[in-house]
Amino acid sequence: MALTANTILICAGGACISSGEESVKQALEREISKYALQDAVRIVETGCMGACSLGPLMVIYPEGVFYQKLTPKAAQEIVEEHLLKGRVVEKYLYKGPTGEVVPQVAEKLPFFSRQVRIVTRNVGFIDPKNIEEYIARDGYFALAKVLREMTPEEVIEEVKKSGLRGRGGAGFPTGLKWELTRKGTSQKKFVVCNADEGDPGAFMDRSVLEGDPHTVLEAMIIAGYAIGANQGYIYVRAEYPLAIERLNTAISQAREYGFLGSNIMGTEFSFDIEIRIGAGAFVCGEETALIASIEGKRGQPRVKPPYPAERGVWDCSTLINNVETFANIPPIILKGADWFKSIGTENSPGTKVFALAGKIVNTGLVEVPMGITLKELLYEIGGGSSTGKPIKAVQTGGPSGGCIPAQYFDTPVDYDSLQKLGAIMGSGGMIVMDEDDCMVDVAKFFLEFTVDESCGKCTPCREGTRQMLRILEKITSGEGTEEDLYELEALGETIKDTALCGLGQTAPNPVLSTLEYYRDEYEMHVKEKRCPALKCKDLTRYVIDESKCVGCTACARVCPVNAISGEVRKAHVIDNEKCVRCGSCIEVCRFNAINKVSP
Amino acid sequence: MLNVSKIKSLEDLMKIKEKAVKDLQLRDTNTRGKITVAMGTCGIAAGAKDTLKAIVDALNDLNITDISVVQSGCMGLCEVEPTVEVRLLDREPIVYGHVTPENARRIVKLHIVENQIVSDLLVRKGEI
Repeated sequence: MALTANTILICAGGACISSGEESVKQALEREISKYALQDAVRIVETGCMGACSLGPLMVIYPEGVFYQKLTPKAAQEIVEEHLLKGRVVEKYLYKGPTGEVVPQVAEKLPFFSRQVRIVTRNVGFIDPKNIEEYIARDGYFALAKVLREMTPEEVIEEVKKSGLRGRGGAGFPTGLKWELTRKGTSQKKFVVCNADEGDPGAFMDRSVLEGDPHTVLEAMIIAGYAIGANQGYIYVRAEYPLAIERLNTAISQAREYGFLGSNIMGTEFSFDIEIRIGAGAFVCGEETALIASIEGKRGQPRVKPPYPAERGVWDCSTLINNVETFANIPPIILKGADWFKSIGTENSPGTKVFALAGKIVNTGLVEVPMGITLKELLYEIGGGSSTGKPIKAVQTGGPSGGCIPAQYFDTPVDYDSLQKLGAIMGSGGMIVMDEDDCMVDVAKFFLEFTVDESCGKCTPCREGTRQMLRILEKITSGEGTEEDLYELEALGETIKDTALCGLGQTAPNPVLSTLEYYRDEYEMHVKEKRCPALKCKDLTRYVIDESKCVGCTACARVCPVNAISGEVRKAHVIDNEKCVRCGSCIEVCRFNAINKVSP
Repeated sequence: MLNVSKIKSLEDLMKIKEKAVKDLQLRDTNTRGKITVAMGTCGIAAGAKDTLKAIVDALNDLNITDISVVQSGCMGLCEVEPTVEVRLLDREPIVYGHVTPENARRIVKLHIVENQIVSDLLVRKGEI
């Protein structure tokens, strides 16, 4: 029978794969063949649907029923009940915070309905390994329009008019970059896609590459036509094996269909794309270091200018855009710059994809119009705090960004207003924190990352960040002084002004922004030797509440360093000289008798 | 993937889109309604597979794309199998019985296209 009665879209994004998508899919296939439904049910593995905290997940069409937190057993039940008998299996539906089953149709869940999806328009909906599904969603029509109806100048004009800004973080106007590269004087030119996504917690580029690789290819071909290049490179990190695999599939399909290669779509224009795999150095996301790495050299930045638009890959004019930036191009060409400008704010049109992480209910990927307030993003789409304690701050922009405290949550999210707060848009990572997070500890975490990732070429970044980290370590171990805070500020400002590349210039941001908004917390660490969030190990102690302790000895037995003593049925005592603050005793105590305190 | 010749024009691209878009419509929940064919053992024994095929073919022939076709288990009306339920937006669901392939085509033509209830096949009106 030539009929597909049900289509199952199962999310095969990285998070769902890690939580067991493969075994759920196998169970589905096994059950489907057991009941001989192969001809009636089609399973499609899509890219990341964004609701990572609910994975593994799938949507069954035509009803659009959204099933979450699946197991092989759940797959069996769903095949037997839903596919065979047409009954929705309620226990695997999404449930609201109070346990009520809310709309079963995926599009109606608040997590999805508040989003505006341009960049991720196909992610989670089409089969990324099938070029025809991309074409069915108007894929490669923007390329056809450009090649048939527009001159390169007109393409650049349209992108300029749209006001699109680089989604890699800095927000440079994309159209202007294209124009500068077109004006470059070298004979050969290159288009490079920066897919070296490295911020801890940000994974929107990976999601697009895995879920809709053709949109990136189409945009790169359009860019090649606009700036006069015949060769493109996608620089993607080796830690993204699935993205690389799907890109390779997409590239060979695009060649087969004649979208890549010579005489594209019967015109004079020729363009091809190669993948360059990076080894995962954070600094290679910086464009000059990325160029060096493509050329096979050590990935280190150089002084700008000259910018890549003049001297890029092999000293030729090179256009470098980020994955998310490219994914905006086909819709802009098809629907026009005016449509794009109608979304978002005046100076930051369009949408931005954010990766929500930390203490928030709906962790995952969301795409929202620019100008949405942090409050809407965190509470209405993100579902608010996951711990029951109020959200204290949100960290945006990863190791280059800063912390925004709760009193600024009415701020609209766009490039300029985040910058004013001392944070940056960055690639779009958002880490949500509550009162159990110590801001000094957070700053230290990000600085450890940049110290590790500093390439070592310039002194301010190589030595400066290391010194800042040493001061932070001093503060968190209870040996900090008030002068250290001034020292941190002075060092931070100096590094910002003198480092060679973006990595160093932004590395002090997490420290400087927390120093500005949470100076009181720093002061408690240095003056009172106290960590109010009870995070810094050297500033906390574990004590047993004698009135609650029944002397069950569970804590003494679990303690790895034998720091707990006491007789059976009598209150125990913790020797804080020996204690390593591992927290095991708190976990095993059934009487809530052990407390963490900071003096 | 089939072996394809290279796309040389907008027309080539349109052709692929038209072919592929039908596949994706099954994923569209913005439909006008759905037809559910009861495919329990009793239904299949009474010929529901042919009924299902007839409905899908009839919809395809008339180029109707906003109706989805779903199969379900036995509705409990085994004596009038094959049974088919038609649910259109904002209307009471209608259950038809004895839906042979020929009757299926009539249902598509009269109920889906002309919005008339096929009274001689009517088994039940309204929600269960």
